[in-house]
Amino acid sequence: MLPEINSQLPILNPQPPTGEVAQVDARGLDYRELNRRVDDLLASGAGEIEIRGVHGQRYIASRIRRPVNFRIHGTPGNDLAAFSDGVRLEVFGDAQDGVGNTMNSGEIIVHGRAGDIVGMGMRGGRIFIRDEVGYRTAIHMKEYREQRPVIVIGVMGQDFLGEYMAGGVVVILNLPPRNPKSFSRPPAFIGTGIHGGKIFFRGKLEPYQTGKEVGFDCPDEKEKELLNGIIRDYSNYFSQNLDHVIPDDFLKLYPKNLRPYGRLYAY
Amino acid sequence: MKNLRTFNNPYRDDKVFEGCAIFALLNQAGKNVSGEPVFRAIANMRNRGNGLGGGFAVYGIYPEYAEHYALHVMYDDPAAREEVECYLKDRFDIAEEEEVPTRKTPAVSHPPQVFRYFLKPRAGWMDDVTEDERMIRAVMDINTGIKDAFVFSSGKNMGVFKGVGHPETMAEYFRLDEYRGYLWTAHSRFPTNSRAWWGGAHPFSILDWTVIHNGEVSSYGINRRYLEMFGYACTLETDTEVLAYIVDLLARRQRLPMSLVTKIMAPPLWEEIERMKEPERSELIKLRQVYGSLLVNGPFAVVIAHHGEMIGLNDRIRLRPMTAGIGGENLYISSEEASIRLVCPELDEFWSPQGGDPIVGKVKLETPALHVPVRPLVSDEDRAGLKVGGLI
Repeated sequence: MLPEINSQLPILNPQPPTGEVAQVDARGLDYRELNRRVDDLLASGAGEIEIRGVHGQRYIASRIRRPVNFRIHGTPGNDLAAFSDGVRLEVFGDAQDGVGNTMNSGEIIVHGRAGDIVGMGMRGGRIFIRDEVGYRTAIHMKEYREQRPVIVIGVMGQDFLGEYMAGGVVVILNLPPRNPKSFSRPPAFIGTGIHGGKIFFRGKLEPYQTGKEVGFDCPDEKEKELLNGIIRDYSNYFSQNLDHVIPDDFLKLYPKNLRPYGRLYAY
Repeated sequence: MKNLRTFNNPYRDDKVFEGCAIFALLNQAGKNVSGEPVFRAIANMRNRGNGLGGGFAVYGIYPEYAEHYALHVMYDDPAAREEVECYLKDRFDIAEEEEVPTRKTPAVSHPPQVFRYFLKPRAGWMDDVTEDERMIRAVMDINTGIKDAFVFSSGKNMGVFKGVGHPETMAEYFRLDEYRGYLWTAHSRFPTNSRAWWGGAHPFSILDWTVIHNGEVSSYGINRRYLEMFGYACTLETDTEVLAYIVDLLARRQRLPMSLVTKIMAPPLWEEIERMKEPERSELIKLRQVYGSLLVNGPFAVVIAHHGEMIGLNDRIRLRPMTAGIGGENLYISSEEASIRLVCPELDEFWSPQGGDPIVGKVKLETPALHVPVRPLVSDEDRAGLKVGGLI
């Protein structure tokens, strides 16, 4: 007997958005029921879905592989848009752990903060978080040719940001914190085990705050152009004036070695 | 034969890489409140547990017996009850005893009996030690010496209600909607390394100290051996038990402030200590040297509570989620933010502390609802000594 949920997979052939916004009221729904309703809407061709009253339901917009717009109100649960490929999703509230887990393409915009492991194993697309994020952002994020994921954090990430990072770009704008109690000490272990990709950090860092695999540099001209674009997008998405944020204020953190543990187990 | 596994769990998702939910509410004004928001909040994290353990600790529920110890005891066998009551009658004056009221709940199967006794140690029994010490002795005697009897809780004006089932099921079974308390902690269990049984559900407690825990205490063996030297016997087959005894030993018996207790359980890493200024640096080195055996290793998020205070604490590299929020008089601690927002959409403050950085919630002293004198844990002299070190 096949589990019931597997018979409800969304139809995967891409369809153009119809321009109609489908509405879902998530209050009181179990995550399976909520995601089943979303699947039904997708199957009937919805291109834009608005979900209200979300209170911790997991896996919203996950495993969807076509261009769909989501607008989510409330607090979506863990693994938001996990394995998604082409979804554009906005959260009006805070997100929890595992935002964009292994996502392949698309864009996630969170008008609030997010929890731990944002963009874990992410392979493409962009994530913008307006405020701060928890532990282990971008852990083992990767890139391949034109697939180059980007994570932008408005305020700051807690410890182990970019741990074992293998590709892509993380940008920390270091804007004033909204929840200062989340940072009783400066974040540490940034880029521990990094062996690919880059982290752009606005402001200064003490050497102890980063992993020993991290090298420091200034962004080059091409990277400054990238940063300018990201700053512009952030300020548009969140309607904030970021005239004071300039690419010259960023540090570039890069992996000193592309294979830091190559000798660890080879004697 | 039917495949029972598929039958019981059509989604076949019983292997989930995340476990346990914690939720806690403290009314910082000390007002006794209904637990209804707590039941809703913990039920909202149902996917974090698997129905093999749910429980609550509630403070302020027995104002009419505020000066008596409220002993909650679970019996797997009626014979154990006779033996326990015989033991108690020899050593305590019992003001009141009754079965903890329950209601028929379809999801609860084969519940053990749970009784409560409001009592005080009798003069003439172990007079040379404090009443608290005598109470602990009785708890250890029952847990280790009497088969099929286990103490759920033993503090004044508080109680632990727990069992095998989802927490909202336990709330219904134990009629917790009929209680009011100023501090509620709730736990939903996803047992990983030990079997599911009624005594193994959280919270764990000793006197009025209770602990709920998401994670794994990998230092259990070391902690347990150290605690045994001080008379604590670990009998509940679960790693969380040691946490309750650690705080009892440090905070109550050795009278250390919670700011130090949290630094003993989740001390800063050595390299962090190296960067600190004196005298904090050498104080922390001393703490790690003296209390190395009470360092709690492994991933954890815990809420420790006793009368008047609630502390949330993570392991030093925060391998389990925990977030906090303040809305009006209430302080909330939760595994997931959504549960806090569900019961209090507008928060004045919300944050997720870094690993080892405690969330501390206190009730203002001398609040009428407490009915239990909240004594300072550290004498002024001790405090002066600790101030020199810059630790409090």
